[in-house]
Amino acid sequence: MSVKTHVPIDKDFLISNVLLNQSSELPAEVQKAMKFVRREKVKYPVVFIGTGSCGLISGAGDTLDEAKKYLSDRNIRAEIVETGCTGFCSMEPLVEVQLPGRARVAFKHVTAEKLPFILDGMFNSMLPGDHALGQYKNPSSEKWKDIPFIEELPFFSLQHRNLMKNWGRINPASIEEYIASGGYRPYIKTIRNYTHEEVCDIVEKSGLQGRGGGGFLTGKKWKVAHAVIADQRYLLCNADESDPGGFANRAMIESDPHRLLEGVIIAAYAIGTSKAYIYIRNDYKTAIRRLEEAIDQARQYGLLGHNVYDSGFNIDVILRKGPGAFVCGEETAMISSIEGKRGMPRPKPPYPAVYGLFGKPTVVNNVETLSNIPAIFENGPDWFNAIGNASARGTKILVLSGKIVNHGIIEVPLGTKVKDLIFVTGQGVPENKRFKAVQIGGPSGGFLTLENIDVSYDFDSLSSEGVYMGSGGMVVLDQDSCIIDTVKYFMDFIQRESCGKCIPCREGTRRMLEVYENITKRPVDENRHNTLERFKGVMQLENLAGVIKDTSLCGLGQKAPNPVLSSLRYFRGDYEEHIFDRKCDAGVCKELRLFYIDVDKCTGCTVCAPKCPASAIIGTKRHPFFIVEEKCTGCGICYEVCKFNAISVK
Amino acid sequence: MDKRTSAILAKYPRGHRDCLIPILQDIQEQYGFLSETSVTEVGLYLNLPSSKIYGLATFYNQFRFEARGQFHVRFCHGTSCHVSGAFDIIRELEKKLHIKPGQTTRDGMFSLELVACMGACHLAPLIQVNEVYHTKLTSNDIKEIIDSYIQGEE
Repeated sequence: MSVKTHVPIDKDFLISNVLLNQSSELPAEVQKAMKFVRREKVKYPVVFIGTGSCGLISGAGDTLDEAKKYLSDRNIRAEIVETGCTGFCSMEPLVEVQLPGRARVAFKHVTAEKLPFILDGMFNSMLPGDHALGQYKNPSSEKWKDIPFIEELPFFSLQHRNLMKNWGRINPASIEEYIASGGYRPYIKTIRNYTHEEVCDIVEKSGLQGRGGGGFLTGKKWKVAHAVIADQRYLLCNADESDPGGFANRAMIESDPHRLLEGVIIAAYAIGTSKAYIYIRNDYKTAIRRLEEAIDQARQYGLLGHNVYDSGFNIDVILRKGPGAFVCGEETAMISSIEGKRGMPRPKPPYPAVYGLFGKPTVVNNVETLSNIPAIFENGPDWFNAIGNASARGTKILVLSGKIVNHGIIEVPLGTKVKDLIFVTGQGVPENKRFKAVQIGGPSGGFLTLENIDVSYDFDSLSSEGVYMGSGGMVVLDQDSCIIDTVKYFMDFIQRESCGKCIPCREGTRRMLEVYENITKRPVDENRHNTLERFKGVMQLENLAGVIKDTSLCGLGQKAPNPVLSSLRYFRGDYEEHIFDRKCDAGVCKELRLFYIDVDKCTGCTVCAPKCPASAIIGTKRHPFFIVEEKCTGCGICYEVCKFNAISVK
Repeated sequence: MDKRTSAILAKYPRGHRDCLIPILQDIQEQYGFLSETSVTEVGLYLNLPSSKIYGLATFYNQFRFEARGQFHVRFCHGTSCHVSGAFDIIRELEKKLHIKPGQTTRDGMFSLELVACMGACHLAPLIQVNEVYHTKLTSNDIKEIIDSYIQGEE
């Protein structure tokens, strides 16, 4: 059985000795106790298993069961701790082991089958080095030989972990561990020492910009809402992340829910409200569970509720589950969704900061923005202001995915070069393939190519390259990816998710999708009128994109043409190849593929001919067959069934 | 009224419009989909016409109007999955099951759902069948996976 190993430190101890003790340095014995809570020192071995969503999909659930079985079968006195995600997705399932007096070691790809081998080795003090990813630096314990430090691995070397400080380190379901790592003290300090205006000032001074993509100064936004005279105000946290390819917010909540909660509470205090909503996507089951637990615990600790620690501040946090609409990421759409209506945006002004939820002043902030708040009050606005470059302050969480070696979630100071992110942190494109482009910011973002990849990652530099930062998704494309197909995919997504309120977005995005469908379709039996339509569509594409951008009602529509414009800017060659040559070099646009049969290799086995849905393969038995180009639809079935590799793509 | 529905409605004593989405979510959690009866009942409770409720429910991707299949197949169509060939997988699934996303097969065995991103891009493309994930798929795997579920049932 697993046994709790840390010193029993109860709620009252933490409240009176840590939370309410606002001296800059805690007494030595309290600090020592906190080390045990944070598990920097342990009395018995601890096995940490990352059970965030990406870990669970990779099989961490089985690993967890196996670990429990392993310990109970062998009667070993050790503790199992479920942690969130470390951010290094391609190494999941990650298991970390900490022996008393020794540094914590992380192991990669630990499936249920591999776990007994690793634990056998660790409990006999023989480190299974081949499976180790790295060890954590810890001055109070002895380090392992020949194991690199986690911080020195290429994936971690450029990172500056401030929001991700606790990721994978602490148990996200434990408020004690969050408090022991400094949490909720900034909150108590804030409500005891600062007025609402001072809080807004500090945040404005720190230079924190909204991380949802807009880049508006957070402190300024709060001031506007605070200045409006109203009997009730609302704070809204946008956790309705539904970008395809962006899941950083989910991981933030799963790995460190209390940090977000603390940020939400401080923000609510700043604008002088007693009610905060967190609008979270309903698909995120684990994140919702974590957040519900966190809210319950905060209530038990008296951090939420009426008259918090005699400060006169009342606060209640309500969780709302978003039923899945991309447009609800837009603030006015989210407000109408909470009001129980269709999530449709409305024209601004009036801005929500003046007229928002139920007609009251409302501040809408992103998960990442709010998670930044506790650290600003812990370390001061100047500390925050010093991170980043001249035009943008702080750090940003990014998701690296696509055709890249190191997949994962990273946190880097704003202003880091995109090139370094891909080739140092991400370690480039796998299988020695050629890097083609990186898509930044999801369906509202754009592309960067090898030529302009040297740009720094911040709001201004990216927008000068025609790229919108968005939620922080970064999808790398290699030589086998087709730009046209990727843009078509985004257009398909956007036109499905368009709410339909304003015409430019509803009709325009659909027309753009049609243009892309036309140029990726093979013109079987195309008459002259269709050909004319196809070319007219392409010629009008840029014009149409401009109209949609200028006239759409909300951010979704205004940013919808971004992938189109950005791809037209950098990949004109790819367009011409699709339109004039009618082929797709990457071989992705299926209908443009042309198959032919190698006469020397074809034995006339007749396997392919009956399988062809278009009856485009003709020939006689035991003689080479032929494909009739005009009939071929490019489905590729013949290519898949041929046993002699006689069919190839032109 | 069904006991389960009335238990859900009792959780929202104020019965304001802003309770509508949470009520529908609870009903879907309980029954797996929104039936005509439950929509009418919610309408009576909140004093809203059914048309308004349908108008809202069809707007959001999450609500279903057909019962879930015995095996609920969710496929990820995020950007990363797309560049790794998810489109072929989707086409293969639709061809194999003869249904579109949001629908259920006639025998009630399979239902399909499209998800914007599951957040496991390193394992793309992937599908989730009930609680089991099938990762790094190629279009050839789909037939085997679906057949294995059909056989497991027989």
